Amino acid sequence: MTSNYNFAFLDENTKRMLRRALLKAVAIPGYQVPFGSREMPLPYGWGTGGIQLTAALLGPDDVLKVIDQGADDTTNAVNIRRFFARVAGVTTTERTTEASVIQTRHRIPETPLREDQILVFQVPEPEPLRTLEPREAETRTLHALADYGLMHVKLYEDIAQYGHIATSYDYPVLVDGRFLTSPSPIPKFDNPKLDHSPALMLFGAGREKRLYAIPPYTQVESLAFEDHPFEIQRWEHQCELCGADESYLDEVIVDDRGSRMFVCSDTDYCGQRRAEQAA
Amino acid sequence: MYVAVKGGEQAITRSLQLLAEARRGDLATPELTLDQIRQQLRLGVARVMQEGSLYDEELAAMAMRQAAGDMLEAIFLLRAYRTTLPRFGYTQPLDTNAMRVHRRVSGTFKDVPGGQVLGPTYDYTQRLLEFESTAPGEPLEAAEPLPDTMPRVLDLLDAEALIERIDAGSDPEPIDLTREPLMFPADRATRLQNLARGDEGFLLGMAYSTQRGYAETHPFAGEIRMGEVDVLICPEELGFSIEIGSITLTECQMINQFHGGNGMPPQFTRGYGLCMGEGERKAMSMALVDRTLRCDELGEPAYAPAQNHEFVLSHSDSVEASGFVQHLKLPHYVDFQAELSLLRTLSAQHANRARDEEAATQETSS
Repeated sequence: MTSNYNFAFLDENTKRMLRRALLKAVAIPGYQVPFGSREMPLPYGWGTGGIQLTAALLGPDDVLKVIDQGADDTTNAVNIRRFFARVAGVTTTERTTEASVIQTRHRIPETPLREDQILVFQVPEPEPLRTLEPREAETRTLHALADYGLMHVKLYEDIAQYGHIATSYDYPVLVDGRFLTSPSPIPKFDNPKLDHSPALMLFGAGREKRLYAIPPYTQVESLAFEDHPFEIQRWEHQCELCGADESYLDEVIVDDRGSRMFVCSDTDYCGQRRAEQAA
Repeated sequence: MYVAVKGGEQAITRSLQLLAEARRGDLATPELTLDQIRQQLRLGVARVMQEGSLYDEELAAMAMRQAAGDMLEAIFLLRAYRTTLPRFGYTQPLDTNAMRVHRRVSGTFKDVPGGQVLGPTYDYTQRLLEFESTAPGEPLEAAEPLPDTMPRVLDLLDAEALIERIDAGSDPEPIDLTREPLMFPADRATRLQNLARGDEGFLLGMAYSTQRGYAETHPFAGEIRMGEVDVLICPEELGFSIEIGSITLTECQMINQFHGGNGMPPQFTRGYGLCMGEGERKAMSMALVDRTLRCDELGEPAYAPAQNHEFVLSHSDSVEASGFVQHLKLPHYVDFQAELSLLRTLSAQHANRARDEEAATQETSS
């Protein structure tokens, strides 16, 4: 641990500002709280929002896990874990069950989370309406009025054009029956894990300077229509390493003839299953 | 058999070693000293301080060396370091009237009180590569020293009531954009803060677009001045101002034609640009963009990109832009997998539909 910086890099006043904003976010589930996002020593778009939240949450006794695409060993996950080991000296782990704080990009772990765990999401674009309405002043008004017609029309047009909703990740959700919220670019496969989760879920968008929360046991509904209910991805394959048939699979090209294999995107989940099978 | 890509940590360590080696170059060549960078690459240092929002020549030089001359990377390094610095207080507003001027030019009057002072400028070099040694000749002493203070050119117009009056005293206390998030609509003080940190290339392009018909503002360079300004703070426990040093600034005041509107008479209006160190291109660009962003207040039709507050202010920052554009390098396997399966479904639907249509055509024709 380097002593040239405060514990977990940020100074205590900044952490207090972040914690206040987080309390507000927990009090208003799904509402995007503007906050004084700081410039972090990692680039914007690479998890600066998540890193700031993690820095504000960490205490010396916490155990941190960092995943990107579900994996602990992808380079950016490794780098963020190295960063906190360096500036906070906390214990890190790859085991989902051992972690008290899990920072993630694009996935929710397959292993069910507990009440004593916090999941921190890195969010590139917190505004679910942004691609439909680029003006921030306008989208804030739409949220204030709970006017989500734009999104419903978009989903309806998908159905009219393709016969189903053509959004596969960052699938919009309604939190606590009030705020339309981006779950971050997780595959819609993970959306059901947001609903009534025992773990606190926090979302940080550093570049866009917004944070929001889904408190434990909050209702989270993926948008759908009565005659077109929400559906998640299914595979005809099982994981070729652990045989799982209920996990999110990544497709890997294994030779120059384009042969494919399917493996769990959650490396810890896959590894634990293989260890159990070997035992 | 597939082997999971392991060893991210080791790969990163090796990459850092390669980077260090590439950065240093041939060990037989001496390493650049910070003094060399500060003195001989001073305009680069100024840009890094300016967009890094931290006035410290030595740290800026260090960042440039560490970034191997990549200015945006150096700016990023300085910004990240800045985050960790405690905030002791705020200075008094800087008085650029009292600037010790090194350069001062006006494009609107042939001569002005205090005179046109070219100072050290590239404007009249002939852009011929200097193959010979660049050692300067002995400077000649001026016939008379420059006056201590020079009146602002725009104040001379103000006396005739030809230019809009802006009373600084009525401004609300500005927010600190490095501590508070940017919100819309943004007032002028906030916009100026954003532009001051904005990427020079982005502002230059935006400013240029206003000269080519995308929000015409008929600008004149009323005055550009560069020199040193004293920095004063007023500690609460003292109750009076003390000088803590001086910094070099470049200030640009644009004069823009205005035919009246929104209840205001025809008059000249102002666009303002300010930057740390010598940065004339940036200060001028900033002044042009500041003026176009005032379109709502002046009742001008807003149709051009440079008039769109959210468009300009949300995309001006090089650290934000560079990070987000380059984050596409990060793995997106999971989202890509989701898109792959979606595309397979869509493509199967398309093929089925084509087959059905073909069958239907054959049926009718037979």
